Amino acid sequence: MRSRETTALGVAIVGAIIIEVLMKLGVINPYWELIIQYACILTIATLGLNMIYGFNGQFSLGHVAFYGLGAYASAIVTKAWTGDNPLGFLAAIIVGGLVAAIVGFLIGLPILRLGSDYLGIATLGFGYIVKVTFDNADAWIPMMGGSRGMTGIVKMTSWPWVAVAAILAVVIMRNVVYSSHGRAVLSVRENEIAASAMGIDIARYKTVAFVMGCFYAGIAGALYAHLYSFLHPSNFDFLKSVDMLLIVVLGGLGSMSGTIMAALGWTFLLEGLRVILPPEILDFRFVIYPLLLIIAMLLRPKGLFGGMEWSFLRAPKVEKRAHGVNTES
Amino acid sequence: MVDLSYLAQQVINGLQLGFVYALIALGYTMVYGIIRLINFAHGDIFMIGAYVGFFSYSVLHWDFLPGILFSMVVCVIVAVIIERLAYKPLRNAPRIAALITAIGVSMFLEYFTSLKFVFGPNPRQFPRPFEVVTWQIGGINVNSIQLIILVVTLAMLALLQFVVYRTKMGMAMRGVSFDFDTAKLMGINVDVVVSFTFALGSALAGAGGILFAIAYPQVQPFMGIMPGLKAFVAAVLGGIGIIPGALLGALIMGQAEVLTAAFVSTTWKDAVAFAILIIVLMVKPTGLLGKRGTDKV
Amino acid sequence: MKHLKPVVLAVFALAVSALLVLSGCSSSAPTPAATSAPAATSAPAAGAAAAAPAAAGKAIAIKIGLSAPLSGEVKTFGESTKNAFDMAVDEATKAGKVNITAVVVDDKGDPTEGVNGATKLINQDKVQAIMGSVTSKVTIPVSEVAQANKVVMITSTSTNPKVTVDGKRKDFIFRACFIDPFQGTVMAKFAATTLKAKTAAVVYDISNDYTKGLSEFFRDAFEKGGGKVVQFDSYGAQDVDFSAILTKTASLNPDVLFIPDYYNKVNLLANQAREKGVKAPLLGGDGWDSPELDTKAVEGGYFSNHYSPEDTRPEVQDWVNKYKAKYNVVPDALATLGYDATNLLINAVVTAGSADSTKIRDAMAATKGFKAVTGSITFDQNGDPVKSAVVIQIKDGKQKFAEAVNP
Repeated sequence: MRSRETTALGVAIVGAIIIEVLMKLGVINPYWELIIQYACILTIATLGLNMIYGFNGQFSLGHVAFYGLGAYASAIVTKAWTGDNPLGFLAAIIVGGLVAAIVGFLIGLPILRLGSDYLGIATLGFGYIVKVTFDNADAWIPMMGGSRGMTGIVKMTSWPWVAVAAILAVVIMRNVVYSSHGRAVLSVRENEIAASAMGIDIARYKTVAFVMGCFYAGIAGALYAHLYSFLHPSNFDFLKSVDMLLIVVLGGLGSMSGTIMAALGWTFLLEGLRVILPPEILDFRFVIYPLLLIIAMLLRPKGLFGGMEWSFLRAPKVEKRAHGVNTES
Repeated sequence: MVDLSYLAQQVINGLQLGFVYALIALGYTMVYGIIRLINFAHGDIFMIGAYVGFFSYSVLHWDFLPGILFSMVVCVIVAVIIERLAYKPLRNAPRIAALITAIGVSMFLEYFTSLKFVFGPNPRQFPRPFEVVTWQIGGINVNSIQLIILVVTLAMLALLQFVVYRTKMGMAMRGVSFDFDTAKLMGINVDVVVSFTFALGSALAGAGGILFAIAYPQVQPFMGIMPGLKAFVAAVLGGIGIIPGALLGALIMGQAEVLTAAFVSTTWKDAVAFAILIIVLMVKPTGLLGKRGTDKV
Repeated sequence: MKHLKPVVLAVFALAVSALLVLSGCSSSAPTPAATSAPAATSAPAAGAAAAAPAAAGKAIAIKIGLSAPLSGEVKTFGESTKNAFDMAVDEATKAGKVNITAVVVDDKGDPTEGVNGATKLINQDKVQAIMGSVTSKVTIPVSEVAQANKVVMITSTSTNPKVTVDGKRKDFIFRACFIDPFQGTVMAKFAATTLKAKTAAVVYDISNDYTKGLSEFFRDAFEKGGGKVVQFDSYGAQDVDFSAILTKTASLNPDVLFIPDYYNKVNLLANQAREKGVKAPLLGGDGWDSPELDTKAVEGGYFSNHYSPEDTRPEVQDWVNKYKAKYNVVPDALATLGYDATNLLINAVVTAGSADSTKIRDAMAATKGFKAVTGSITFDQNGDPVKSAVVIQIKDGKQKFAEAVNP
């Protein structure tokens, strides 16, 4: 009955363990170890944006602000209190996610009722305000460093942490999406008026999706902070939000598999170009990638995986009832 | 209490900034109004306009007017090429696809022009094609470039209003903005209308680029990002798609930025401008002059 | 939802694994052809192998990595640095004492990219030394990576003290430039003592570590000397309109205005300052040093630098001429410091007589009186150079020596 999902989960866990072994053996060198972890962290963050925009249809251009909030919040926890205690790290990650979620909730209250493009601009503005706050943060919390950067964050993130977080992120998101709450979230994207006519509380589900997406971003930010050990406000500017949006759209709106593949592919593509290009034209990396982006959009405007999912992420089968409303969308 | 001439000078500074934003915002809002596309590449067309001006004035030693006209022409050509190659194929695709493509075009223009054999990454001094004259009126400084920007922006506004409301093409543009498919059914050649819209908006961006570069005499490949962003915010503030709204929004943004920097704190000036935007949107979700759209069910 | 074609999945998996294989993921021995950039070496010796101490007289084979912002908004600084690096590597290899394989990484001026690139340099390309980066926000995390892996590193232009000392000394990390505390203090003392300034206005870029650092130390030193800082305002990285700030400055009428930013911003600031009626002389730091500085706008201003162009030392004239010959433009401060930093590194390699990172580190720390273009360099116990500064005045459109300041 649920063997498809269980098998996939099993495969994922075994795969993660294999990767861990390869890393410990040195077959995967620290460089690729770093890149693989970064790719998974980015995946978690963009899954969050996929929930907000892909599934719920809310155009958010400020997602990286929540990523940053999670990063700084968790870094403050470990730097000021828990040090290199693993349980403390777990607490820091959760704090990071919660801070991002709470801020998301607060800012969502006023702005989520704006229509699509206006919401985009409002979130962009909010993201900008957050970045300026980070730049000036050392005036209130000297530890945060402001534009000098926050140094000395204990390097706690390792592949087991990232792998577990990533697998949990996917599993939880899948379960939420295919629950009745998830269907409500989707309905808001499809047609707000019709959903409202069916009795769905639009405001509530917009908030739910937004807060969940921000929580994911916060978790990812916390993992990021403890992997790179250094935070600078320029890591969390508007252009990074655009990068995340690109990944979600490229992967296909509302497709979890698409987001995962796009996030992984994106990271590896950019690093791959770094490796392949000779030094005289290293700056071509950022000429090639927008061209590829444009071509991808022209060829597959719905995104690489628009509307499609891997089998284990598809909707669960339900027996057809007499007046069969097929719940598979 | 507050020195009046100091306040007046700062208000003038705010006006200058506001009109500069308006130069860019007008084109942005017009394109959005007709095609519902946030043309992220608008700021980069503006940059190209400035570079063409750099070339005209420093290498070809042309006068002010030929330079600005040439810039507009080049921007029109570039814009139409982009529109045909990148935006037109996506007309029936989800709107977000065109938006992402616009982002891609923007990035491409920035990084491509920063390559060594194109414009190069170094900021370059922009040669002013005429001397800027400063006048002192009762303790306040006003200079000629400020006046030129003011005049040109108002002229652009008037021109746009004229085109959109008093010409046949303008009527076609309004028809297309109202309902794309019905316009087609009515016999409007939407391809021509869309291309014309882009061309007009980009011509304005090109002129804006040159005036901007005369006011702040420096060009570099990434110069369009921030002005483009602020101009877009200004357009939304005033009501996106509404042409006078772009001017209103831009003037408000300019004043907010300058007065905050002068009297509150320089570090938060940008944040205040964005905060104002969010507050306005909360109260008037379609912008200051925006009309509440009817939801067709 | 349609069922995903297995083909697409397979193709994707194939592409990713191809990329991994191509990058030599599984190989531990570096293969220069696939992973590293072909170096500008003229020596016929093959690419670098593992570190091996060379006998005196035989060229030491070493792999040096460069991390610089070759794309993105500070690309122009990265290019200057790379030009200088290439030149120094070229000369050293031609001189025959070392055989350098250079691996270049573009960090885009972004901390994340910097760490990715440095990790690649160390673990994939197996470099024994690193030159880079340009901005402190990239150099600090990169230095953490280098220190953790015990790879010696030198930065040409990062001025944040935390690069070499963060809580404790990172003993594998060195730098070739002044640190913020020194430069900021130099100008503050100059303003107070030589210019007899009692009030100062300071304007800096909020998101730029360099300007912020210089400004804070200037303010501290100026106030300690009894002066008053009447304005301490910031602008944003992409701002071009400073009218609000400068109108305020004009109304406060300070004795001096300190704008320690790079020449591109200084050009805009200086012009607008004069337009708004600021009469005070302008002061700055070594970021002003560039052929592109608008000397008309900053006329009468002063800035601190490493050397004066009137300096008749052969190293200076030599450097300016050969850079101009190769790259068609007069070198700016970034290029000059890049050249010096690379040469300091190479000198340490030659002195150590080996490509072993720890031995090079020891040789670096022991460097005394190295004749660099920017002065005679000795490292202090923090890996920061002990060298004099000069204050240069812009007069009649030219740089003129004003004063020398010894540490």
